[in-house]
Amino acid sequence: MSRQPYTPAQYRRVVSRATPGSRMLRGYLRAFWVGGTICCLGQAISLWAEGLNLGEITNPMFTTGVLIFLGTTLTGLGVYDRIGKYAGAGSAIPVTGFANSVAAPAIEFQREGAVAGVGARLFTLAGPVLAYGIATSVVIGALYWLIRGWLP
Amino acid sequence: MSRLGAQTLRYDRPPVIAAHRSIAGGKEGEGPLGKWFDAILEDDLLGQKSWELAESEMVRRCARDALDDAGLSPGGVDALLGGDLNNHIIATSFAARKLRAPFLGLYGACSTFVEALVLGAALISAGGLDSALCCASSHFCTAERQFRFPLELGTQRPPQASWTATACGCALLRAEGRGLRITSGTLGRVIDMNISDANHMGAAMAPAVFDTLSAHLADTRQEAADYDLIVTGDLGWIGRNLLLELFRKAGIDVPEDRLVDCGASLYRQEQDVHAGGSGCGCVAAVSCGWIMKRIERGEFRRVLLSGSGAMLSPTSSQQGQSIPGISYAVCIERGD
Repeated sequence: MSRQPYTPAQYRRVVSRATPGSRMLRGYLRAFWVGGTICCLGQAISLWAEGLNLGEITNPMFTTGVLIFLGTTLTGLGVYDRIGKYAGAGSAIPVTGFANSVAAPAIEFQREGAVAGVGARLFTLAGPVLAYGIATSVVIGALYWLIRGWLP
Repeated sequence: MSRLGAQTLRYDRPPVIAAHRSIAGGKEGEGPLGKWFDAILEDDLLGQKSWELAESEMVRRCARDALDDAGLSPGGVDALLGGDLNNHIIATSFAARKLRAPFLGLYGACSTFVEALVLGAALISAGGLDSALCCASSHFCTAERQFRFPLELGTQRPPQASWTATACGCALLRAEGRGLRITSGTLGRVIDMNISDANHMGAAMAPAVFDTLSAHLADTRQEAADYDLIVTGDLGWIGRNLLLELFRKAGIDVPEDRLVDCGASLYRQEQDVHAGGSGCGCVAAVSCGWIMKRIERGEFRRVLLSGSGAMLSPTSSQQGQSIPGISYAVCIERGD
């Protein structure tokens, strides 16, 4: 019967010493420029939409719609996963990343059928964002309603 | 067959590896071991409707070729032993459906191939079977969708993550004949050192490999230097370093140049696989394609081959459980 030479706590320290860290600075820079570029693109679409006189409510929806279209299309073409591998959060956080997280399972689970596959799996990754995003907006909305009388 | 020490079986009638075949995917074919594999896939869907069926077809082809080499028909083998990473090992059992041989489905995660060799050799040595086909497979695309994320999702992997190999290996064991012999096998215990990072399987498995290999050496009263080569399954290069550190700390002398990890050898650094290859097919294809051929060439005489598995599931990871590891080992010797 052999015995482990380290206790689990000691072994954990050995493991963390032996494991290289992610290259943080490089990751930040890549996320910054790619994320920034996507945001600039969004701003450009928004300015273009202003010229179309879509109105205050429709303009942001139009901008978001175009970005979602781009994110989904690039996912379908097999490009967005490469951007994501390079940029990390820089391409995951903008709405194009949200579109990617919906389109990717839609492609992946086609073979399990329209209901149990695509339908059930479509929001496996985006679902938590939607659930907690909507829940948070309800809470913030309620707070705003309570304190709006005191606001300038 | 007799027992040595706590965990080791000595095969008094050591079975012969009558044939062995390996199939690897395109990325694996571009790696440093590419020329050793018997077949490289051009289409990783193998003309099938799904990744799961593709993996199953890979197993079927690999098994068929190994049986052909030995002049056996699919129904002529006494048992097929093997498994894969899919839920309920569907790739192997669906292949067994076509092969029509008696089937023993195994799951030892990435240790499955060596687990199959340990059991297959035991069944033959005990006189229960005349032949046993031991196999294991993995496919990058089936493993990704089951354990990680959809393929098209834009994510980053940490440096300790491994790359599931698209590969399959089959070894046909027979009671009589010429070829390499399996002379002993060591069973593994499930070892958990409280590693819970599902990306860091090398760290989760290294203590299990240490446990089985040191048990093997103690049970057979040997030292690591009695082997020309000690092969580990898919620890990756970080896990291999951790295993060397465990041996060093325990005072067991394992020469670094004699310890080879299949996962750390399968790809080139530029192939962007981070810590190395993993998956049941990694140790299966690398040992059937590379290690066994090199023993046959006379480069080595005695090799201790081990495989290791991280016995996690997406459910256990999501519930915050740590990762239990397991490892099996067999001694492969030239028969002359």
